[in-house]
Amino acid sequence: MPKDHGIGASPKRREDVRFLTGAGNYTDDINVYGQAYVHFLRSDVAHGKITKIDTSAAADMPGVVRIFTGADFEGVGSIPCGWQVTDLHGEPMKEPAHPVLAQGKVRHVGDPIAAIVADSLEEARNAAEAIELDIEELPAVVDMKAALADGSALVHDDLGDNLCYEWGFVEDNRAAVDEAIKNAAHVTTLELRNNRLVANPMEPRVALGEYSRANDHSTLHTTSQNPHVIRLLMGAFVLGIPEHKLTVIAPDVGGGFGTKIFHYAEEAFVTFASKACNRPVKWTASRSEAFMSDAHGRDHVTKIELALDADNNFTALRCDTYANMGAYLSTFASSVPTWLHGTLLAGNYKTPLVYTNVKAVFTNTVPVDAYRGAGRPEATFQIERVVDKAARELGVDPIALRRQNFISEFPYATPVAVEYDTGDYVATMDKLEEIADLSGFAARRAESEKNGKLRGLGVNCYIEACGIAPSNLVGQLGARAGLYDAATVRVNATGSISVMVGAHSHGQGHETAFPQVVAEMLGIDESMVEIVHGDTSKVPFGMGTYGSRSLAVCGSAMVRATEKIINKAKKIAAHLMEASDADIELKDGQFSVAGTDKSVAWGDVTLAAYVPHNYPLEDIEPGLEETAFYDPANFTYPSGAYACEVELDPDTGKVTIERFSAADDFGNVVNPMIVEGQVHGGIGQGVGQALLENAAYDENGQLLSASYMDYAMPRADDLPFYTVDHSCQTPCTHNPLGVKGCGEAGAIGSPPSVINAVIDAMQSGGFKVDHMDMPASPGRVWAAMHG
Amino acid sequence: MYSFEIGRPSTVADAVAALGKDEAQALGGGQTLIPTLKQRLASPETLVSLTGIAEMKGVCAEDGALSIGGGTNHATVAAEASAYPALAALAGGIGDPAVRNRGTIGGSLANNDPAACYPSAALASGATIVTNTREIAADDFFDGLFTTALEEGEIITSVRFPVPEAAAYMKFEQPASRFAMVGVFVAKYADGVRVAVTGGSEDGVFRWSAAEDALSANFSAEALDGVSVDADGMITDLHGSAAYRAHLIGVMTKRAVAAAQ
Ligand SMILES: Cc1cc2nc3c(=O)[nH]c(=O)nc-3n(C[C@H](O)[C@H](O)[C@H](O)COP(=O)(O)OP(=O)(O)OC[C@H]3O[C@@H](n4cnc5c(N)ncnc54)[C@H](O)[C@@H]3O)c2cc1C
Repeated sequence: MPKDHGIGASPKRREDVRFLTGAGNYTDDINVYGQAYVHFLRSDVAHGKITKIDTSAAADMPGVVRIFTGADFEGVGSIPCGWQVTDLHGEPMKEPAHPVLAQGKVRHVGDPIAAIVADSLEEARNAAEAIELDIEELPAVVDMKAALADGSALVHDDLGDNLCYEWGFVEDNRAAVDEAIKNAAHVTTLELRNNRLVANPMEPRVALGEYSRANDHSTLHTTSQNPHVIRLLMGAFVLGIPEHKLTVIAPDVGGGFGTKIFHYAEEAFVTFASKACNRPVKWTASRSEAFMSDAHGRDHVTKIELALDADNNFTALRCDTYANMGAYLSTFASSVPTWLHGTLLAGNYKTPLVYTNVKAVFTNTVPVDAYRGAGRPEATFQIERVVDKAARELGVDPIALRRQNFISEFPYATPVAVEYDTGDYVATMDKLEEIADLSGFAARRAESEKNGKLRGLGVNCYIEACGIAPSNLVGQLGARAGLYDAATVRVNATGSISVMVGAHSHGQGHETAFPQVVAEMLGIDESMVEIVHGDTSKVPFGMGTYGSRSLAVCGSAMVRATEKIINKAKKIAAHLMEASDADIELKDGQFSVAGTDKSVAWGDVTLAAYVPHNYPLEDIEPGLEETAFYDPANFTYPSGAYACEVELDPDTGKVTIERFSAADDFGNVVNPMIVEGQVHGGIGQGVGQALLENAAYDENGQLLSASYMDYAMPRADDLPFYTVDHSCQTPCTHNPLGVKGCGEAGAIGSPPSVINAVIDAMQSGGFKVDHMDMPASPGRVWAAMHG
Repeated sequence: MYSFEIGRPSTVADAVAALGKDEAQALGGGQTLIPTLKQRLASPETLVSLTGIAEMKGVCAEDGALSIGGGTNHATVAAEASAYPALAALAGGIGDPAVRNRGTIGGSLANNDPAACYPSAALASGATIVTNTREIAADDFFDGLFTTALEEGEIITSVRFPVPEAAAYMKFEQPASRFAMVGVFVAKYADGVRVAVTGGSEDGVFRWSAAEDALSANFSAEALDGVSVDADGMITDLHGSAAYRAHLIGVMTKRAVAAAQ
């Protein structure tokens, strides 16, 4: 019998009632008295010198409150990067200034030049057209390799070149890896591009700044996955507002996928301008603005080499990557191709030697940062494509080659600095073979061929590092923040509970899953527990939601705080029953004295805490509220095996996904329905990357796919019914719930199996294609097949 | 968008009068025009809505022809053009339900988007575009990208399609917009076969005469073996090369012939 409450049950998501009935409260739903609107005048060229900007005529237009330009932000801080990478010479990465509004130069299409604050948005837009602006166009830096060539135009003149850093990892292994590749019985080489993506959450970014003259206090409502991070970055680094004078609130957030982690110029602008104008200032991105101002994802160009010995054991792996940073360093941009990518390159395999070289490059494109998976999808795609290619070159079964090289003993210290605590890659592969009905593939292929279609099967494994992250470790690696999280459990007098958490759901269902944990621990009904999140004035300093960390890190803090509650409640119960603390047991919401029939209910104890008439006041304080901060001892390592079956129409190049199966190991699972939903969504985005999505720039730095007319988002009918399974569970060994995280797995694990399947389909039709870059859109598949 | 006045006439005559004013523009379903206004790419002073004009709405079959009011939306055509199933199917495949319940045949033809569906049906059917002042043969109507024979202020009041013996529309969707990357409309009449192609050419919708000749002689997919479109003049973009589009035209034409009913 599946459980109907507590950990392991699948209650429906309580937040969906408001989301699905139009009762959600998103940032754009908030309107305040006296609110003005800002419109940003953005660059329509990729690279240029601002030679004239005259706002005088525009300032006289109806409704205009004030027009700001870069000059108004001299003396204001630069938008910071949160992670300092040290290059292979031991030097810090180059960190160019990132002004709130362009100063002197524009560096990408969409770079904000001026901000017009007006009584209405239309008036602000009208005034923008009256600004006299001259930009002297400069050659656009678009291609990463050309950007590093001598004589390239410079995105940032003061840096001397366009290289942010060259990183080598593990640099000490470099020679040994080269040697192993030279001496290998077989080397498979693959050059690929991990396509640039635009996250496109359904809710575009919005920011509303309010300044209270009465209290000298600024409040920013914003679409953020991590309000405390924004308060820290914007308050301390950009605007110089101390924490107690700044509140950041992210109410309901309609999807983020990473792109709402970062601190953006528009947030700093509305906060700054609301004080300067003494009026609330609101900005709501249009979808077109989102395409040119939300941080993009991926965009790596990579050469990967896999060395094998005569028995097909992997002996070494080498990865050379060019990682696009775009025009400025976004908040976590520098960490994505390095620590979130290089440390994952062992994958599921016991390859003894691994070396990664990453050149991070500035270009005249929108900044690139973390997007669902961040670095780990890039690593997984490389490994699982090169392993598949090796199997085809060697004429061995791709699954058998993987199995032969699986890591099988845990804990396992990889050659890339991380230690996997648990896993069972054989078990997930066995499960995959079963749920994907791989033995029935040949018959299904024959059926497709009868209908003139090619059918392909692609399989891959993945491993990811989640539960981000141990603070002392990431500190050594360059993170400029801790990555713990925090929770306050506030038990009210009648026994109901408010839990204030540092994680912030932007669609994940925390409001349902977190109470399941607390209710299970206390033996009370879930409906008595409510989650409070997204407001720095209400919740303790937590780091937010990304990197599949919420349950593993913030959930652990919540468990620790609840344990403190239980400890104190037992003392109160002991006092009420005149027993010793040590003899008190808590079960089903009842405290009892072991070996007796004496008991008091949860509500009696909580009431006593707040009405302490009969209470051990000399030993403990009244009240029942506890806070815990939790810093993880290690990353968590979810893993799994995925299989994709495609049909390919050889006449048109159109690929359709016929079956998709996922066997994941997430450790313990709190709400299986939510976990499945996360995997579904992740696969949807992975399939989107593999078949549809592509942010393409032309050589002038114009974004060609700047709207849904050309940027293909996955739609329901692009996706199959998935078969997903999470019954293989090797619990995490170092957090109290034994959970690993499931938010990114689908997006990390699915692209390689899709492309492996497409290649398999093409080869089955006699087409000699051994790789194609994503997306495998019809036009590109057809071009690959027909040279 | 910039502000504008809006007129809501209930007769064609009133609409024509309203469109006589400076900077006035007809508004059909708004599925193309409203996004254009939102992007501030157009600034008409007056919009004259055609959606309240009863005489411009409806589907009516008479004398082997199907007449569709210029203000009829795609969903209505999909539901009511049963006398011309290929046309009903085309209308049912445009955009999504919201688009089909707003967008009109008159707006689509007047707009002549090079990737739109209706122009291929009109051209392949030898349709007659009826306006407030005259009747224009489809062969004389389309004039390259987003350009038609319509004069300033002229309104498409209806479109008359001769019903063919057999016809089909095959649309290969551009993956992002789901407009036609290539759409081919094949219509077989007693006096010959007409084939019109949308989405492919840099000059907009066109008749593929080589295919028409081959199919008029032998109405079967095999008749097209060895007949191909020159890639010169086909569109190359993010989604496919000119060669790919030229190839797709062949594939979609064969499929249309096979599906024709
Ligand atoms: C999401 C989306 C998907 C779409 N997908 C497709 C698709 O797959 N295939 C496809 O073919 N189309 C597609 N369209 C376009 C759609 O069919 C539009 O309805 C059509 O292009 C314009 O028709 P409308 O009635 O909305 O015209 P409007 O947008 O109102 O007007 C367009 C132009 O026509 C003029 N006009 C309007 N009516 C008349 C008239 N009766 N006489 C003279 N001039 C007139 C207007 O002045 C304007 O210049 C899509 C649109 C959207 C928004």
